[in-house]
Amino acid sequence: MTLRKRTIGLTIYFVLLMLPIYWMLNMSLRTNADILSALSLYPKDITFGNYMKIFTDKSWYSGYINSIIYVSINTVISLSVALPAAYAFSRYRFVGDGQIFFWLLTNRMAPAAVFLLPFFQLYSTFGLIDTHIAVALAHCLFNVPLAVWILEGFMSGVPKEIDETAYVDGYSFPRFFVTLFLPLIRSGVGVTAFFCFMFSWVELLFARTLTTTAAKPIAATMTRTVSAGGLDWGLLAAAGILTIVPGALVIWFVRNHMAKGFALGRV
Amino acid sequence: MEKWENNRAWFLVLPVFVIVAFSAIIPLMTVVNYSVQDIFGPGQRVFVGTEWFREVLADKRLHEALWRQFLFSGLVLLIEIPLGVGIALMMPKKGWAASASLVTIALPLLIPWNVIGTIWIIFTRPDIGLLGAAINGLGIAFDHTASPADAWITLMLMEVWHWTPLVALLAYAGLRAIPEAYFQAAKIDGASAWATFKYIQLPKMRGVLTIAVLLRFMDSFLIYAEPFVLTGGGPGNTTTFLSIYLVKVAVGQFDLGPAAAFSLIYFLIVLLFSWLFYQALQNVGKGEAS
Amino acid sequence: MAQIQLQEIAHSYRANPKSDADYALKRIHETWEDGGAYALLGPSGCGKTTLLNIISGLLTPSNGRVLYDGKDVTGLPPERRNIAQVFQFPVLYDTMTVFNNLAFPLRNRGENSAEINRRVHEVAEILDLTPFLKYKAAGLAADAKQKISLGRGLVRKDVAAILFDEPLTVIDPQLKWHLRRKLKEIHDQLKLTLIYVTHDQVEALTFADKVMVMYEGELVQVGTPQELFENPNHKFVGFFIGSPGMNFMPCTVEGNVAQVNGAHIMLDDKTASLAAGAKGGLELGIRPMHLQVHTREVPEGIATRVKSVEDQGSFKIVTLRLGEQTLKARIAEEDAVPDGQAWLTFPPQWTKLFADERLVS
Repeated sequence: MTLRKRTIGLTIYFVLLMLPIYWMLNMSLRTNADILSALSLYPKDITFGNYMKIFTDKSWYSGYINSIIYVSINTVISLSVALPAAYAFSRYRFVGDGQIFFWLLTNRMAPAAVFLLPFFQLYSTFGLIDTHIAVALAHCLFNVPLAVWILEGFMSGVPKEIDETAYVDGYSFPRFFVTLFLPLIRSGVGVTAFFCFMFSWVELLFARTLTTTAAKPIAATMTRTVSAGGLDWGLLAAAGILTIVPGALVIWFVRNHMAKGFALGRV
Repeated sequence: MEKWENNRAWFLVLPVFVIVAFSAIIPLMTVVNYSVQDIFGPGQRVFVGTEWFREVLADKRLHEALWRQFLFSGLVLLIEIPLGVGIALMMPKKGWAASASLVTIALPLLIPWNVIGTIWIIFTRPDIGLLGAAINGLGIAFDHTASPADAWITLMLMEVWHWTPLVALLAYAGLRAIPEAYFQAAKIDGASAWATFKYIQLPKMRGVLTIAVLLRFMDSFLIYAEPFVLTGGGPGNTTTFLSIYLVKVAVGQFDLGPAAAFSLIYFLIVLLFSWLFYQALQNVGKGEAS
Repeated sequence: MAQIQLQEIAHSYRANPKSDADYALKRIHETWEDGGAYALLGPSGCGKTTLLNIISGLLTPSNGRVLYDGKDVTGLPPERRNIAQVFQFPVLYDTMTVFNNLAFPLRNRGENSAEINRRVHEVAEILDLTPFLKYKAAGLAADAKQKISLGRGLVRKDVAAILFDEPLTVIDPQLKWHLRRKLKEIHDQLKLTLIYVTHDQVEALTFADKVMVMYEGELVQVGTPQELFENPNHKFVGFFIGSPGMNFMPCTVEGNVAQVNGAHIMLDDKTASLAAGAKGGLELGIRPMHLQVHTREVPEGIATRVKSVEDQGSFKIVTLRLGEQTLKARIAEEDAVPDGQAWLTFPPQWTKLFADERLVS
């Protein structure tokens, strides 16, 4: 594909992609009455009321922070446990390896509702209801298998001979892993980190069920937007815009890792 | 790759196993427990064996929902996988343009799913939404609340818009992981762009594509919030997919039994087809003989 | 096959290089003759892969020209230069059989299938790959894979040169020897221009007719393995080649005697006369195997303390201290092993003088 065709194709896609997002922005800057009354390509009577409501309402603000906290905890835990496990699946054969690998993914195959009540009871027993760690751990159920699968795929793309050469050269496993191996799978680590963040960030069910006030995430506060007059469209749109920001930052931070390829050393 | 045989590798896997099993085993036991009992009230349970399973499997409306679900997931895979790969191939490899592309493409994924549904409700309304007005402006009478076909089209548009970036991001990361030497060798061998794609890029993306296919299959098969918010399962039941039907059943009845049985069956269907996809994709690369 | 010339090549990876340090390659002006087997030898970071990529066309040099048989190819990409390159790790088309891998370059050039069949079998025969032709390339061992990579270069009749970038890196040590032998056979048989980049002197010295030693972006010396060994014209060549490398000691020269830590070492006449005009820090160099070790005092022998003796099988390495200097000497298996003290004599014809790291000449 020539550069011109690529640029045109990509631009068309990006424009189409941004349309609903632009629409969301549009809606966020209008009142509900305005939204429901007429089609308007841009906010004619622009209002920041929706955003003000969010910024001044303490439960919105703290919801935002809470979400960031448990999502960060989850991403860190998921990556930390998934990296060694993925390495094991990639390099070693051991009893039950194929079965465990597939079993991990099966935890994403059941309707989430199935887990709600048991999770609630489980975390109640440990007194973890309404804590960030509870939501972070609950999200591990679907994020850890995903992380292991993605990382294993990227690790298997690195020939085992590299490991062997490093051990022969006297590298200890931790030093080899951190200084030699991880840089080779940077794009995999980047995309995994982003996905863990993303799936945890948008998850509503567990986050709502396992928290009451102290760790209540934005997802839950957003469902309070149904009032007697119906959905609070403008407020939801504003909330939607604001929820994009942290994730956009995350992918910005991992962008270099995602775009970096595989360089077997240079001379 | 020839792997090293060593059972001590289990220690590397142990943290993952503990965390996931801790979350998974108890709910599973609970569901199985409920699915074989009839619960009249607290402390009043009767073991009913496979009664719920038989009842659920005989339900005609369940069959219909299941067909709709297969159609939906099938369309999702057919559209999103090639589209996502195509976009990844078009995205720049480095520089500010690469960063901008990555951020742009990630945006739909970051919006909570219920918000996506609500935005698209407005977006597709002919009176107040950009897309709705545009289509009706072209002379096509489009109404997703009235016409099943329109409802499906709207759902597919929303779904493709929302989730294709996931495939694209995975494919992009996979493409970047291919060592430059392969492209250099292909150039030296005089390979065309298509040959380079077919013999180098596509085979080396097998790992990420497997994940993309499995993820999209599973997530689309289990989908709930987005279609529910947009169409509520309607018009009628034309967009009542499996989990929407499951919730209807569970909410409608006061018994946990049938719902639990349904959940187990649901899980087993997803499991079976995921496993089939997985096996197929693992063996795809090994197919070519001389 | 082609003669390859590099004229006034210099390369910087930076957009605006200011000083010498910004250049990965400082000045390369050299000719590789048609049909020669050359090794580019040097440590990591010396620029040898950069140089190889400029020869192959994967990299365009910041300055200078590349000529193939007198024709300027500097702007041409690799596929137009008709070269073949073997990389550090096997680069193959995993989904194809060995046969199809080898046939691929020919198919892309539109050759007819009878011709393709013939060439592939010919090359497979040379590389001992014939039994594997029907197998999927992905399933073979690393050394077979590298042979396939090489084979894809050999199938093309008109290939100008074959370039190797540390191709034995991922090969098992036992198999390296086989592959090196095979490369030498191919060179003798087909008379191709082969350029082999490596940091391993054993590989370079056994493979090449001529070795080009690189250090910090410059070609420090070009010569046969023997020339490099006996007459290194740069301290780095003396140090890098040979195992262990050359001994170096700072010294001063008076007449035809070099003085190191009070010890007197005779220089031969030629070196002595050149020493007079030499500028810069003077160092005495001698290779471990040329140092003569005596277990008893001898005339003109220099007293040293024995620090250790390593048995390497067919020879031994003796580490000695002369005042502050450490020297290594190599003695044969059957020679007497010194203990405590040893006396060294320096044969003048092997005693070299270096000024500012370059051979005085």
